[in-house]
Amino acid sequence: MKSLSVSKAVTALMLAGLVLLPLYSHLTGNIFILTLFTRIIILALAAASLNLIMGFAGLMSFGHAAYLGIGGYAVGMLAQEGVGSGFIQFPVAIAASGIYALVIGALSLRTRGVYFIMITLAFAQMAYYVASGLARYGGDDGLTIYTRSDFSGLIDLGNRTQFYYLCLACLFGVMLLIWRIVNSRFGLVVQGLRSNEQRMQAIGFPAKRYQLVCFVISGTMCGLAGALLANNTDFVSPAVMYWTRSGDLMVMVILGGMGTLFGPVMGAVVFLLLEELLSQITEYWALILGPLLLLIVLFGRGGIMGALGRAGRG
Amino acid sequence: MAEPLLRVEKLVRRFGGIVATDNVSLDVASGELHAIIGPNGAGKTTLISQLTGHLEPHSGSVSLAGRDITYLPAYRRCALGLARSFQITSLLLDFTAADNVALAAQAHAGTSFRFFANARKEKGLRDAAQAALDRVGLGHRADIVVSRLSHGERRELELAVALASKPKLLLLDEPMAGLGVTESQRMVKLLQELRKEVSIVLVEHDMPAVFALADRITVLVYGRVIASGDPAAIRANEDVKRAYLGDQHVVTHHG
Repeated sequence: MKSLSVSKAVTALMLAGLVLLPLYSHLTGNIFILTLFTRIIILALAAASLNLIMGFAGLMSFGHAAYLGIGGYAVGMLAQEGVGSGFIQFPVAIAASGIYALVIGALSLRTRGVYFIMITLAFAQMAYYVASGLARYGGDDGLTIYTRSDFSGLIDLGNRTQFYYLCLACLFGVMLLIWRIVNSRFGLVVQGLRSNEQRMQAIGFPAKRYQLVCFVISGTMCGLAGALLANNTDFVSPAVMYWTRSGDLMVMVILGGMGTLFGPVMGAVVFLLLEELLSQITEYWALILGPLLLLIVLFGRGGIMGALGRAGRG
Repeated sequence: MAEPLLRVEKLVRRFGGIVATDNVSLDVASGELHAIIGPNGAGKTTLISQLTGHLEPHSGSVSLAGRDITYLPAYRRCALGLARSFQITSLLLDFTAADNVALAAQAHAGTSFRFFANARKEKGLRDAAQAALDRVGLGHRADIVVSRLSHGERRELELAVALASKPKLLLLDEPMAGLGVTESQRMVKLLQELRKEVSIVLVEHDMPAVFALADRITVLVYGRVIASGDPAAIRANEDVKRAYLGDQHVVTHHG
């Protein structure tokens, strides 16, 4: 029980920190930290959505950044065409991601293991090249978004603090949803399939159907992150879909603890903070971050959450 | 005579040049415990796999309670009342014993596309799981993660999982495999109880167990049925004796 309490305490501290961060930023006049953490929260949301399919369903999707792009382009393209309302942009971003996930999932789930990894990667790269070819929407150079999503005065995305809290609320909402899903009938089936697909088929569960639904839920959540990310950077380009982005998301999930509820959030915070801090010290920051991550993955089985659990026991 | 619960007709399955299931026909009546025996490599597991839907036959048919299920996927057969245990235990190792059984109950209790309510708090599922665990004598181990159960306990859990789906027909693929003497005896006792409630097809190497339990025995050799009948007839059958030359004493002296 004690092991639970250590990771719980650290998680609670982190969440409290995220809630109080704008206050700190306001008091110290440090605007940069607010901007940085807005990005961290958005990518934590993306990592949490990836964790649903990768950690809980056991399907190594290596194309998750595609949803960031699809969500982002939905916002950017609509803005370009004069549709500035967030009430339209966000649902479209989420729906488009869901439809993409449905098609890609239906095809990819015919394969397993390394083939699944490769095919999801291939589809994401396809999405990347399609976006590069969208001449009307900036092509390779990307698309600048001149006005952020407009929520008719309900919330102002141009206001840093309000935008920060919108992102945080989305993250909390998604975490709540994932928590409910993981413990639901559906969640148990999906996790059972991760554990032993043959056994689940034998007791009467058609595997693919459940995995596909999970794939779509995960995709729509990440599409939401994409819509937020585009608003955060006022810009969307094919680069958000590049495979290294998908890799970053996977690293966040593994670093934080695959198949744990808050692991991916923890992983995103640690990964992006390290990236930020190390890049201030040296331009060869990746040279330090890489081996560091390798060590954590090699020796800290179960990621940060696993290490916290062991720290509590030991 | 009433429609048999399971009817297998002229089933053929080849692997390359080898005919692993060669024109096999057999009937299992409702309430019967039907054992399938045969020396190693006789095609018992191949046959079972075709009954459960893990392998498709090249020709012939399988029907359950009059319904053709030859090409139905495994999960659909399960819904029709066919449950199986695996020769090599196949369970959800990182789930508790109760979770394993509750999932089997859940598969037969309405839709699993429910995303919000906590499934571990559904009383109906938990009670069904507990009942099945009690049935096989694992009630006190309900909250133990499967990876920490002994081999014998896992074999029993396999049975509980199969029972939780309230099957009409239970396919047991060597439930005694790897069990010690006392564990085997417990399993035989358990099967003697279960057979009163459900029809069973039993594939087993343990001859004393087979002769103690079976109403009828089908003997497979090289994929072919060489004999089928009650234990006394099988024991007296010359072909069977010949097929089991090395194990002849087992067939004639036990039971």
